[in-house]
Amino acid sequence: MQYLLMIYSNDAEYAARPQAEVAQTMAEYGAFTQGIIQNGNYKGGERLRPASMATTVRVRDGKTLTTDGPFAETREQLGGYYLIDAKNLDEATAIAARIPGARYGCVEVRPIWAMGEA
Amino acid sequence: MSAGNIESVFRAEAGRALATLIRLVGDFEYAEDALQDAFAVALARWPVDGIPHNARAWLVEVGRRKAIDRIRRRTSWLHKQHELQAEATIKAHAPVGDAEEQVVADDMLRLIFTCCHPALNMEAQVALTLRAVCGLSTGEIARAFLVGEETMAQRLVRAKAKIRTAKIPYETPDASMLGDRIDGVLATIYLVFTEGYAPTTGHELLRRDLSREAIRLGRLLLQLMPEQAAVQGLLALMLLHDARRDARATAGGDLIRLEDQDRGLWDRAQIAEGAALVEQALRTRGAPSPYAVQAAIAALHAQAKSYLETDWRQIAGLYDVLLRLQPSPVIALNHAAAVSMVDGPQAALNLVDSLGAREKLDGYHLLPAVRADLLVRLDRKDEARVAYREAIALARLEPEQRWLQRRLDALG
Repeated sequence: MQYLLMIYSNDAEYAARPQAEVAQTMAEYGAFTQGIIQNGNYKGGERLRPASMATTVRVRDGKTLTTDGPFAETREQLGGYYLIDAKNLDEATAIAARIPGARYGCVEVRPIWAMGEA
Repeated sequence: MSAGNIESVFRAEAGRALATLIRLVGDFEYAEDALQDAFAVALARWPVDGIPHNARAWLVEVGRRKAIDRIRRRTSWLHKQHELQAEATIKAHAPVGDAEEQVVADDMLRLIFTCCHPALNMEAQVALTLRAVCGLSTGEIARAFLVGEETMAQRLVRAKAKIRTAKIPYETPDASMLGDRIDGVLATIYLVFTEGYAPTTGHELLRRDLSREAIRLGRLLLQLMPEQAAVQGLLALMLLHDARRDARATAGGDLIRLEDQDRGLWDRAQIAEGAALVEQALRTRGAPSPYAVQAAIAALHAQAKSYLETDWRQIAGLYDVLLRLQPSPVIALNHAAAVSMVDGPQAALNLVDSLGAREKLDGYHLLPAVRADLLVRLDRKDEARVAYREAIALARLEPEQRWLQRRLDALG
């Protein structure tokens, strides 16, 4: 069973953190990612540029509307994700709890809707 | 063979039969449908053949076969593979027969932990537990919680859909998570109990059933996990509160304070059972469970000859322990009330006022209510009147407003 772990945090607060702390977090992310690769849970994952770099696209009546910024202004923004394979929700949430970002912001755990599944 | 007899067998066996069927069928909803099918067959057959010797095993076996039928009927090209797998799973499990008690107990625990999974919201946990574990109908649960049957049905459908699609495991959590997860189960059971115990008007009878179901759940959980002190503590707490039920309100639904209750109406056998459980719970090493400490306080009250002859010193000490385990304004106020019985109303008033200054408790009616009581005892009537009026304006439950109004009127 696959789950998408979406890591949300406050971009502004994240950017304001001291350099040493950021470096420490990066090292923790490296170790976490290595860990889930070794355990066979890892299917993919990336860090995202801040929401201020986002562009939102809509198509209405055949016309493409392009706007600057994320689709919704919220206090916490999607900052990265992991796609994992886990045997059930308990394993998925246990993995989510080990993501360094869970200590600053939060991690939303969503089951993947597999093609053809009702 | 009356329909009533059959109903009571269904009611007694529904939880365990469903728990076993979920393991066999591997899906909550299939298992529920299968059990309903089995009930339908039983309703047709039992009045003629009699209730089978092992009714649960009979229901599980019929349900298992019905589940296979249903899966075959539902099979379409799109779901063929999934359904065939499901059918293979069911067939792979041997028919149950006279299943070992331990196996059934494990099934039941798995069911309880699934229904009380933290990935479900509290309302959903409560509804699902009452439906699946206690075997209450959707209509019964809806009426007890004063919501429409349609709303309750949707709540249950959504919860079951989440169990399936997010793959909430049908498992007893492993040791690393067990403590937290037991706390979650206990919180759900206690919520069911307090829903039944809260004295709101109207549906008193239905609500009373909720308290009984909560106690039944507590007993079941203790039977399944006899070593867990927190479970002993919760069951003790519920038994001790419930033992005083007949004495705590007038026929008209007005609250009667502990000091004015007719202690002759308290259920002595239930108090003895609760008190014995508290002792067991507190003998366990490590930090006591907050439920056990609350139960110990309730036991001291329940065993006291009168309000004045209560062991207030020990009660004040237990509230102090509870405050450290679980700081909350309600507990702080109860602590102050106990202190007033040991060190007098002025000492307690100091505690209450410093609590009011320390924490944001605007809008919390118990703070002025307790202040008012203490002011009366200090003979500061004008200030007491102001405090009672403040409390009345903030109280939300009608019986509480009426009780505070009577206190105010008594001041003249």
